[in-house]
Amino acid sequence: MEKKTSVVKLFMIPIVMFGFGYLMVPIYDVFCDITGINGKTGRVSASQAASLEKQQERTIKVEFTSTVNQDGSWDFAPDMPTMVVHPGEPYTTTFTARNKLDEQLISQSVPSVAPSKAAAHFNKTECFCFVEQKFAAFEERAMPLTFIIDPDIPEDVDIVTLSYTLFTKPHNG
Amino acid sequence: MNAHAVDAHDDHDHHGPDKGLMRWVRTTNHKDIGTLYLLFSLLMFFVGGAMALVIRAELFQPGLQFVDPNFFNQMTTMHALIMIFGVVMPAFVGLANWMLPIMVGAPDMALPRMNNFSFWILPFAATMLIGTLFVEGGGPAAGWTMYPPLVLQGGKSFPMLIFSVHLLGISSIMGAINIVATIMNLRAPGMTYMKMPLFVWTWFITAYLLIATMPVLAGAVTMLLTDKYFATSFFSAAGGGDPVMFQHIFWFFGHPEVYILILPAFGIVSQIIPTFARKPLFGYASMVYATASIAFLSFIVWAHHMFTVGMPVVGELFFMMATMLIAVPTGVKVFNWVSTMWRGSMTFETPMLFAIGFVIMFTIGGLSGLMLAMTPIDFQYHDTYFVVAHFHYVLVPGAVFSIVAAVYYWLPKWTGHMYDEKLGRLHFWLSTIFVNVLFWPQHYLGLAGMPRRIPDYAVQFADFNMISSIGAFGFGLSQLLFVVVVFKAIRGGQQATDQVWEGAEGLEWTLSSPPPYHSFSVQPEIK
Repeated sequence: MEKKTSVVKLFMIPIVMFGFGYLMVPIYDVFCDITGINGKTGRVSASQAASLEKQQERTIKVEFTSTVNQDGSWDFAPDMPTMVVHPGEPYTTTFTARNKLDEQLISQSVPSVAPSKAAAHFNKTECFCFVEQKFAAFEERAMPLTFIIDPDIPEDVDIVTLSYTLFTKPHNG
Repeated sequence: MNAHAVDAHDDHDHHGPDKGLMRWVRTTNHKDIGTLYLLFSLLMFFVGGAMALVIRAELFQPGLQFVDPNFFNQMTTMHALIMIFGVVMPAFVGLANWMLPIMVGAPDMALPRMNNFSFWILPFAATMLIGTLFVEGGGPAAGWTMYPPLVLQGGKSFPMLIFSVHLLGISSIMGAINIVATIMNLRAPGMTYMKMPLFVWTWFITAYLLIATMPVLAGAVTMLLTDKYFATSFFSAAGGGDPVMFQHIFWFFGHPEVYILILPAFGIVSQIIPTFARKPLFGYASMVYATASIAFLSFIVWAHHMFTVGMPVVGELFFMMATMLIAVPTGVKVFNWVSTMWRGSMTFETPMLFAIGFVIMFTIGGLSGLMLAMTPIDFQYHDTYFVVAHFHYVLVPGAVFSIVAAVYYWLPKWTGHMYDEKLGRLHFWLSTIFVNVLFWPQHYLGLAGMPRRIPDYAVQFADFNMISSIGAFGFGLSQLLFVVVVFKAIRGGQQATDQVWEGAEGLEWTLSSPPPYHSFSVQPEIK
């Protein structure tokens, strides 16, 4: 009898651990979100953004870069390479993408912020990366992005780089 | 409870094995299954070894000589998978099957039918894995670590790879559960946990590592499968996933896995050295605690395999410190082995030679591991031949030598015949010389910057590669001697005594050589 129960218990371990493997996915996301380790940026509502204290005396330089993952089906670049901004104030800029193929494509852009300690303080109220962007054949379009830097951003950060990687969604339509 | 286990076996009409081939298919006897595991492992050792020789033949000279780069990459991938899942793990499970019941005084494994099942999955899994080489696009070529997105670009071999990993995982989980159940339930009366032989202890801990981590690997490869065929995006950035996450999940399995490949080796060496030093093992309790500490630490060091993915400094420091901490319990073990030999009446029969070779060369591999543990240095060494040299030192003159030592040590018990001592010693010296010719130069290649997993290289690496390849062929051919020694001992030879070795202690030596088909139907009493 005793043997039977211990074997059942033992079989529970692999079942639980199989589940734990899957549990690592949300844990990973939450962990990266809290620590900003993965360069994941924050998202705030416009009203939250409006309530932030504006720091006119402090300036931070924001650099924009872009990458297209793998294939040559896109042109993708920031319209302004850099901006000088004040923490607590919202700014809007655009990235322009062009579908180089004679077919409809769906893009998904993934942001990353460096240095990572700035990532948690780099918030967006609106971003083309929030949703998939559908492009008709050869369509070219500027995609907007509104961001606001949290005044709590560490003192020693004076340059923040925001990078976007553009992926083609593999399953069209 | 123990009485029941004995009764269950008494209502058989006969006590010998079945006749013919079906004996091996239907057997639930731990000794038969142990033998099957060991023979399977030996066969796979030569399959994986042949792949290694393809790699070393191609690397004998710069330029592309024999195989195209894609096939070369298939060889590196398959060599690793076969050596890990087809050779070292089954060999340890085979030794556990043979030895654990008779070391703890049990009549058989706790779950004999599951035991049969967990072995017979293996040949199917291995066939499917090797079969990938013959499908469209060839075998998996993205490395045994199966990193996405590269592995997802594999051809028809990809789902076969995933399913064979699933099967191998199921087999080893069942094997491990069986081992834990045997150790917990079937020890002879009076054998407390702290009286168990160290091979039993190290396997007890290893089995828990297996049960806890193989399912995580199964989960990770299942995510790969659904990413490729069912439009999930666990590791696809376009869908909101992250390929780096695969590396975290994989190495959460992968690092405990490397201790699965070495802890039983620690147990084997801890059995052999006291026998031939004719002294009890120095620091038995510290050995047990050291093994448990290594197992615990193995769960919190995984990211040292991925220092270069762009982790924050705090994370790198944590994983560096935790990794270096493992050197402490490992050092305890090495010092205990040396202290056991200190002022012992040592003799140097083949098992002892392999065990001493293990202690020295495993320590070399451990020290290069310590170098790799240092984050700033790892940035230089990452993905170079230095890493290759490191893990081959701990796996070949480490794990493989311990398995060979165990076979020589227990072969007279299994077969009832002494093996050919002269050939055994020749096998040891040839293996030791060639394994160093093979892997030592790879340290220099790595330090000089030669990347791993490449079929061609810059000419300045030519000399060391040539030396290494000569060592590889020498080592590979020397292993044929091992086959000769083993089969000679199976077929005949001087009758072994029950005791076999003068200084041997433990329940297995109280049985006849070879032991009866069913042993310990009445459990011995341990004082």
